Amino acid sequence: MDMSIALILGQDGITNGAIYALLALALVLVFAVTRVIFIQQGEFVAYGALTLAMMQSGALPATVWLLVVMGVLVTALDGAKALKAGQGRRAAAVAGWNLAYPLALAGLLSVLPANTLPLALQVILTLAIVVPMGPMMYRLMYQPIASAPVLILLIVSVALHITMVGLGLLFFGAEGQRTPAFSDASFELGPLMVTGQTIWVLVVSVLLIVALYQFFERTLYGKALRATAINRVGAQLMGISPALAGKLTFFLAAFIGALSGVLIAPITTIYYDTGFLIGLKGFVAAIIGGLASYPLAALGALVVGLLEAFASFWASAYKEVIVFTLIIPVLLWRSLTSRHVEEEE
Amino acid sequence: MTQQTQAAASNANAKNPVLEVKDLSVSYGKVEALTNASITVGEGQIVTVIGPNGAGKTTMLSAIMGVLGSKGQVAFDGSLEVVPEVERMVARGMNLVPEKRELFGEMSVEDNLILGAFQRYRMGKRGHVQTLEEVYALFPRLKERRDQHAGTMSGGERQMLAVGRALMAKPKLLMLDEPSLGLAPLIVREIFRIIGELRRRGVSILLVEQNARAALQVADYAYVLETGQIAMQGPAHELADDPRVIEAYLGFGGKHQAMLST
Repeated sequence: MDMSIALILGQDGITNGAIYALLALALVLVFAVTRVIFIQQGEFVAYGALTLAMMQSGALPATVWLLVVMGVLVTALDGAKALKAGQGRRAAAVAGWNLAYPLALAGLLSVLPANTLPLALQVILTLAIVVPMGPMMYRLMYQPIASAPVLILLIVSVALHITMVGLGLLFFGAEGQRTPAFSDASFELGPLMVTGQTIWVLVVSVLLIVALYQFFERTLYGKALRATAINRVGAQLMGISPALAGKLTFFLAAFIGALSGVLIAPITTIYYDTGFLIGLKGFVAAIIGGLASYPLAALGALVVGLLEAFASFWASAYKEVIVFTLIIPVLLWRSLTSRHVEEEE
Repeated sequence: MTQQTQAAASNANAKNPVLEVKDLSVSYGKVEALTNASITVGEGQIVTVIGPNGAGKTTMLSAIMGVLGSKGQVAFDGSLEVVPEVERMVARGMNLVPEKRELFGEMSVEDNLILGAFQRYRMGKRGHVQTLEEVYALFPRLKERRDQHAGTMSGGERQMLAVGRALMAKPKLLMLDEPSLGLAPLIVREIFRIIGELRRRGVSILLVEQNARAALQVADYAYVLETGQIAMQGPAHELADDPRVIEAYLGFGGKHQAMLST
């Protein structure tokens, strides 16, 4: 291997690592706040990428109908409950967000010539379809069992993952899709050719990480999520309901997932089931951070990305094996070094 | 205690009751931890519930707050809650300082306090900066430590932070669960001084205590909870003189009196 190949592999590794870092951060966040292991993170990546591709092909993205169905279910549950309690305004708000919004979006998409719109608008529409599925999913599947053991929550996640992959095949078909790059620009950096898409991925990832950091450090809602992760009972006594925290967390995770999908769609061909492998690599990174440390998870993601890039050069048939084998020494190291921390008081 | 005296002894001083609990029962599986407990807290009153360990005091507070499911009626601030729901109770002005404090250990003192105003902020009411200053004025120690992590503070400071955090919500009713538990006598005196100060500011207080002597001294009205049932009740100064209370909860007359005089 000479220098130029190493540089190319390094660039690949860092680009993928940035995406894994975003996914790993979302996994850590979801686990810290709700104790849910977010297996279906990868499906949000695939749904994001394929919804955008479907829109660009001129078809009405089928995911919007999933959004409508989920919205109807949420409205039926929460709207009825609010009406029973005589909270008319709350019922109206529930119906507005979960019924009117998806229907309006579906109507808008069926009229708009979405494939001729500028890319930025297509991306926004894609996020507008996929992201609200996050909080709705939390409401429908996790909120009723929010205090269940981690294992039960994990089983639900696996079930949702399988369901989403199946629906993905139904919505998008078995064909892989690749979307056009955000920009055709490319730069020469010595022997290295940096594409515009790589820069997009890196810049958006860094911006998103900074924005998330600001959100958790500066805003009341960010602090409320951290508080829920630190002490669920204490947060509840402050009026921070676990349901609100869960929905907000799933919103963020779905946003990160769908945006990651949109970002990598021009780099990799995405199939309906590609998300799983991508999500799992984010998961390896999150495990490196012990499902608790954000900086370690982000660092782990870079390691995973680089390892994957170089493994694909040296032993491309084994690249997934090599990446996932990384989890064994990490788990060993963690179990040897971690102490059992006594609960406070 | 007979039915007759119990009826005669109901908390009649409570004008405009802030909290009226009727026949509240809580079961853990088949075990009934609280049986038909009825208590009233009047506006501006300090009402205390004393009783031995495991009598169901914490259970009662949790049920009123909506943390635990229960049967019975909880009327707060003039309207009946069929099923108390924590967020709703907080939004309506009820706050619980739990026995275990439940602070956010890895967050700063100031962030802990700010989160106490979460519901107010959510409902669009601003002005928590002013409340923050009021809380700092009440607990100057917290202001000194505003940037320190809550988990690194001493027991007394943590209790002050827990109370301060609850005050950030500007509660109508503050429920304190064993605020003196595990604290040094000097700190206990400080905590009870603050409870008195809060009453002067118009906060109604429901105080659960094992430290019966201090509780009866500061309270207007008192209930004795034994094995999940209200066994006695009456104005606090009367209960403090009741031979049964003295024998069971106050021990040998007046031995520790000096320590707690304010």
